[in-house]
Amino acid sequence: MELTLAIGIGVLTGSGVWLVLRPRSYQVIIGLSLAGYGVNLFIFSMGRLRVNAPPVLAAGGPIDPTLYTDPLPQALVLTAIVIGFATTALFLVVLLVSRGLTGSDHVDGREP
Amino acid sequence: MELGDHLLIVPIVLPLVTAALLLLFDERRHILKATIGTLSTLALAGVSIALLAMMSSGTGPESVAYLLGDWPAPFGIVLVLDRLSAMMLVTASLLAVAAQLFALARWRNSGPHFHSLFQFLLMGLSGAFLTGDLFNLFVFFEVMLAASYALLLHGSGAVRVRAGLHYIAINLVASFLFLIGVSLIYSVTGTLNMADLAGRVAGLSPDHRSLLEAGTAILGIAFLVKAGMWPLCFWMPGAYAAAAAPVAAVFAVLSKVGVYAVFRLSPLLLGVDAGSSAGLPDLMLLVGGLATVAFGMIGVLASQALARLAAFSIIVSSGTLLAAAGMADVATTAGALFYMVSSTFTIGALFLLIELVERAQDPAANVLAVTSELYGDDEGEDVAEVGIAIPATLAILGTCFALCGILVAGLPPFSGFLGKFALLSAALGAGGEGAIRPAAWSFLALVILSGLFAMVAMVRAGIRIFWAPMEPIVPRVRVIEFAPVAILLGLCVAMTVGGGPLMRYATATAEALHAPAAYIDSVRATARVTAGDDR
Repeated sequence: MELTLAIGIGVLTGSGVWLVLRPRSYQVIIGLSLAGYGVNLFIFSMGRLRVNAPPVLAAGGPIDPTLYTDPLPQALVLTAIVIGFATTALFLVVLLVSRGLTGSDHVDGREP
Repeated sequence: MELGDHLLIVPIVLPLVTAALLLLFDERRHILKATIGTLSTLALAGVSIALLAMMSSGTGPESVAYLLGDWPAPFGIVLVLDRLSAMMLVTASLLAVAAQLFALARWRNSGPHFHSLFQFLLMGLSGAFLTGDLFNLFVFFEVMLAASYALLLHGSGAVRVRAGLHYIAINLVASFLFLIGVSLIYSVTGTLNMADLAGRVAGLSPDHRSLLEAGTAILGIAFLVKAGMWPLCFWMPGAYAAAAAPVAAVFAVLSKVGVYAVFRLSPLLLGVDAGSSAGLPDLMLLVGGLATVAFGMIGVLASQALARLAAFSIIVSSGTLLAAAGMADVATTAGALFYMVSSTFTIGALFLLIELVERAQDPAANVLAVTSELYGDDEGEDVAEVGIAIPATLAILGTCFALCGILVAGLPPFSGFLGKFALLSAALGAGGEGAIRPAAWSFLALVILSGLFAMVAMVRAGIRIFWAPMEPIVPRVRVIEFAPVAILLGLCVAMTVGGGPLMRYATATAEALHAPAAYIDSVRATARVTAGDDR
């Protein structure tokens, strides 16, 4: 499972970085989104990978922490997803405005 | 808990509430919006000064922690006020007052929701200075950045949109690096509280330690992008030069947030108590800082447009500060802190002044100035003008410009000189008697050369604007636009007069930064307010 996840993060981040370096603004925003997914998965995996272990404690009775997974990275990843989503949406607006003002979808606003 | 203890959270809550409140009013009620926004910014400055007075009284504790949600330190989120954060809060809020007043004249009209965005920016800034938790530092960074994205675009126009596109893309990537760094640090230490982290670094096993070092390095890149260290600073001149004048003035403190994070975290995480990781970032910061100064001063000299000159001055001051952070001793840090406040005010004033001066320029006669097209959007002139025009405009503007030049270059007698002098004398004295390190020599040479380059560039610009034109076009400058420049330059003069007490405060701050045990203990020992174990 570790290998699968590592390859997944690697492919997402790698394609994200490649796309961010492309000259078209649409490619850049897709690249940013992909890199964002890679980063979110990375944060998630930093709480160590566990199968069938809940992050939220059950009510009542003594608690055995070994039966639970670390809840904190899951909370962090939620925050990161929300912030990433909002800033990407903002970037999309700026991208559309730039396309409208300059008539070009090159990131510099003009063809090289 | 007394009411005064809650003062610590006011710099975050006040702008947040004001910004939300301002959203409720229609754009047409701009006098009401401007009044509320200005009052809130003034109140923020008042609270910051009160907090600074609390920290500088000398009788109180070194740092005060505020438990949000009343959970004790490593488990809950804390805000921590110490000398450094109080100083940064005051710097940011005073600069904000000046920018806010400047915006009242004209700039608030050139786009919607200026005041709300401005308050959100202040909230992010205050939060970043006050938080004692790495992940919240990320959240407040994002609040600040999101507001700054929109403010950069304020006034619109193709140049701003293009600069904004680059600015947002760079900062999004930097945020990803921030997250990767934070999560790597969490994975090996199991905590995000800065004080708790500092206590755990020394006890890490070697394989965990290398992960921690990788994590802090990645985190550092995120801060250095913000601070504008070469080679991560190519986005900066374009973005800062494109921003509207009051926005660019506040951006002068935005780059200092990255520098603040470096000053805060490198002694805390990788300081003297960090075992074999101690001093890890120092060489990198020193070399990177010196390269930044070199790059910035060439940029200063090569700039045709005044706004780019000011933006490159920010890069020079960031580089100076980062190199000083790399020296990692108490005296250099103290000098750097003094210089940081002085250069923030100076460059803020310069950005505001440039807008006033460039108004006098005939765009056709100034083809070389790359950004002159920026000010083609002067249709704002026909809106109701606020305040009265000042007499003897050119003489006053010229005097202010000369003052800015002296401050940026660091010539005596003003605070720019005091800051650089404190830095250089500390750097030369660091190696002990008679042994001056090569690093100190190159630092000395670059700082003095960068001052010379700044002076040359400022004099050249001054001649072009105030001297050369046979019949200078006198710009129409209102009191409300000139007052902020006078306030900021007045603060620099006040820093010169009060140099002794301020330097003592900076030295105490630097001592506390390099001996973080008191900070760590005070955060860990802060007790819950409510008694009982019912949780």
